[in-house]
Amino acid sequence: MYKILKKKTLAENIIMFEVKAPMVAKSAKPGQFVIVRIDEKGERIPLTICDYDKDLGTVTIVFQVVGASTKKMSKLSEGEFLLDFAGPLGNPSEFVSLNTDELKKKKFLFVAGGVGTAPVYPQVKYLREKGIDCDVVIGTRNKDLVILKDEIEALGCRLYICTDDGSLGFKGRVTDFMKKLFDEGNSYDEVVAIGPMIMMKFVCLLTKEYNIKTTVSLNSIMVDGTGMCGACRVTVGGETKFTCTDGPEFDGHLVDFDEAINRQNMFKDEEVRRLHHSRECSCF
Amino acid sequence: MERVPVRELDAKERIKSFNEVCLGYSEEEAIKEASRCLNCKSANCVKKCPVGIDIPKFIDHIKKGEFKEAAEVIFMYNNLPSICGRVCPQEIQCEGGCVLKNKGQAVAIGKLERFVGDYVLENNLDVVKRKPMNGKKVAVVGSGPAGLSCASTLATLGYQVTIYEALHEAGGVLVYGIPEFRLPKEKIVKREIENLIKLGVQIKTNVIVGRTVTINQLMDEMGYDAIFIGTGAGLPKFMGIKGENANGVFSANEFLTRANLMRAFLDEYDTPLKIGKKVAVVGGGNVAMDAARTAVRLGAEVHIVYRRTEEEMPARLEEIHHAKEEGVIFDILTNPVEILKDDKGWVKGMVLRKMELKDADETGRRTPVEIEGSDYTEEFDTVIMAIGTVPNPIITYTTNEIKINNRKCIIVEEETGETTMEGVYAGGDAVTGAATVILAMEAGKKAAYAIHKKCHPGEM
Repeated sequence: MYKILKKKTLAENIIMFEVKAPMVAKSAKPGQFVIVRIDEKGERIPLTICDYDKDLGTVTIVFQVVGASTKKMSKLSEGEFLLDFAGPLGNPSEFVSLNTDELKKKKFLFVAGGVGTAPVYPQVKYLREKGIDCDVVIGTRNKDLVILKDEIEALGCRLYICTDDGSLGFKGRVTDFMKKLFDEGNSYDEVVAIGPMIMMKFVCLLTKEYNIKTTVSLNSIMVDGTGMCGACRVTVGGETKFTCTDGPEFDGHLVDFDEAINRQNMFKDEEVRRLHHSRECSCF
Repeated sequence: MERVPVRELDAKERIKSFNEVCLGYSEEEAIKEASRCLNCKSANCVKKCPVGIDIPKFIDHIKKGEFKEAAEVIFMYNNLPSICGRVCPQEIQCEGGCVLKNKGQAVAIGKLERFVGDYVLENNLDVVKRKPMNGKKVAVVGSGPAGLSCASTLATLGYQVTIYEALHEAGGVLVYGIPEFRLPKEKIVKREIENLIKLGVQIKTNVIVGRTVTINQLMDEMGYDAIFIGTGAGLPKFMGIKGENANGVFSANEFLTRANLMRAFLDEYDTPLKIGKKVAVVGGGNVAMDAARTAVRLGAEVHIVYRRTEEEMPARLEEIHHAKEEGVIFDILTNPVEILKDDKGWVKGMVLRKMELKDADETGRRTPVEIEGSDYTEEFDTVIMAIGTVPNPIITYTTNEIKINNRKCIIVEEETGETTMEGVYAGGDAVTGAATVILAMEAGKKAAYAIHKKCHPGEM
């Protein structure tokens, strides 16, 4: 059993839990995820790690309420428990394997879509603690859905906000804003994009034009998260890969996003909904 | 005397539920069947048992109605008889060596073993002899057959054993893979594991060794004297044909894990499971039969698609027989060449190619060869790939000292099961590639004795 030490609503339907899980906290690195199960009858929900504190033994997760399971999870309060909390799973972000000198030669642009801001946060934090230059773009529908703004600003990076309705920052899509950044002469060695599949797809189309290496983090459907089920398979550069053990981060220019989008919708089918009170857990 | 038939649920009834198909022997039936054993000197049954159970001796106890004594004999060799009695391929092991086999029917050794195992569980008997604690600590990675067997052997030898399991429930393939109707979870698997806990074994779930904690950490920081890796062969293979990533194409592992571990067939559980009206299961092993029979119970018309003939199928005879009784259609000498999808990315059918058998290959199985121009298309809503699995690479990714071969299997010293890293042992499917429950249990037991020999030389 894993105790929820802190609960905070970051935006409408976006909730943060700080969970006591010392073994996971001790080994967690940016880019990795956990699998959570609420109760005996619950499904295994993959969620990216938003933050971790090795000393306190805590792991922070952020999730969006999109289906029955995340709805059930949102009803849990501080002091209550998650039945299972397994991780860290997946490979750490590629840059974790580089030393500080190598990293200092690079400039990163992070592009976060909605709740995808949560997994971007520990990556930017990791790099900023080493003094690496990062710019961050957050895109959401409106200003109320922007999360972790103060936390990311506090890391000392340049933060740009884009909203569809213009209620905060740039009015328009993240790709429109990125184009503006590039055309104004900002250059980046690497783009990391995490958000809805469709956003990652269009970010990759754009960065390909500008020839900038782009890493994406996929939120594929999973059961076990350890390589056993193959539900999370994705075509990368013409080869089938498992998001859980080969990813979750991949070279975005090689990912077959159309297939990935289809696969993500696999259980949104009406018939399955009726049978199984709907499911959705795309909370990466 | 004829072999005493074992009672089974009627095929028409059983496909409506996940209840266990085979009902096992009653005490009277067990005694009657045991009395068929000729107690022959050669005892080929024992020679063909991977763990060498003294079969004539335990059967002799059953004959006399001494069920507890029968159990004491079995438990000297095998701590999980209720499981082995259900899932061992007895026809090629013990029963394959029975002299009565040539005169018609071998003694039903598997069913008798199961009877004894269940008798122990039902009557809560304590038949395991154990040594006092010796102060040594061993970590066992994985709670499938290899890990359970290694842990229980070490516990009886006086070791403090902790099992680390990646999933939320202990049992490995016994829980996620083998279906309820073949191996009941609450009645058998859970109780066997509870007995292990009674022996003092600790089980820590949700720990992915290689990720949550590494082998080196277990050795250096957590102070284990030895480690046993029994992580199985959990990674599903795919065919690599066009359309294989279409929605509605599942690995047998995914399909069975959703159904077994996650209980997706029960409405009150949250995990979804999509099954169409017509399902193809590709493969001819036990896993293919398990997937096919599970799909039947979810209401589908199910086809086994296999490129050789029934004779070459690696599945147990009993499983093939049960699958047929339950209405599974066998499309033999048939191989998928492409999976067709609709405009929404869902499976709508397969292009299949007819095969013929040519000469035997080095394994003795006849090689299937494609018949040119024989392609045809058949509609399917769901395709389940059951063409094998390979060992999970998570530990070997993160522990360079442990070497693997070109089949991704952990390399061990044959005699001891020790890996290329000192003090770290491995066994079961992680070493052999996908094989059977009993072979994994044997490997776990063998490694346990090797660990014991190393920790307490001269005390065997």
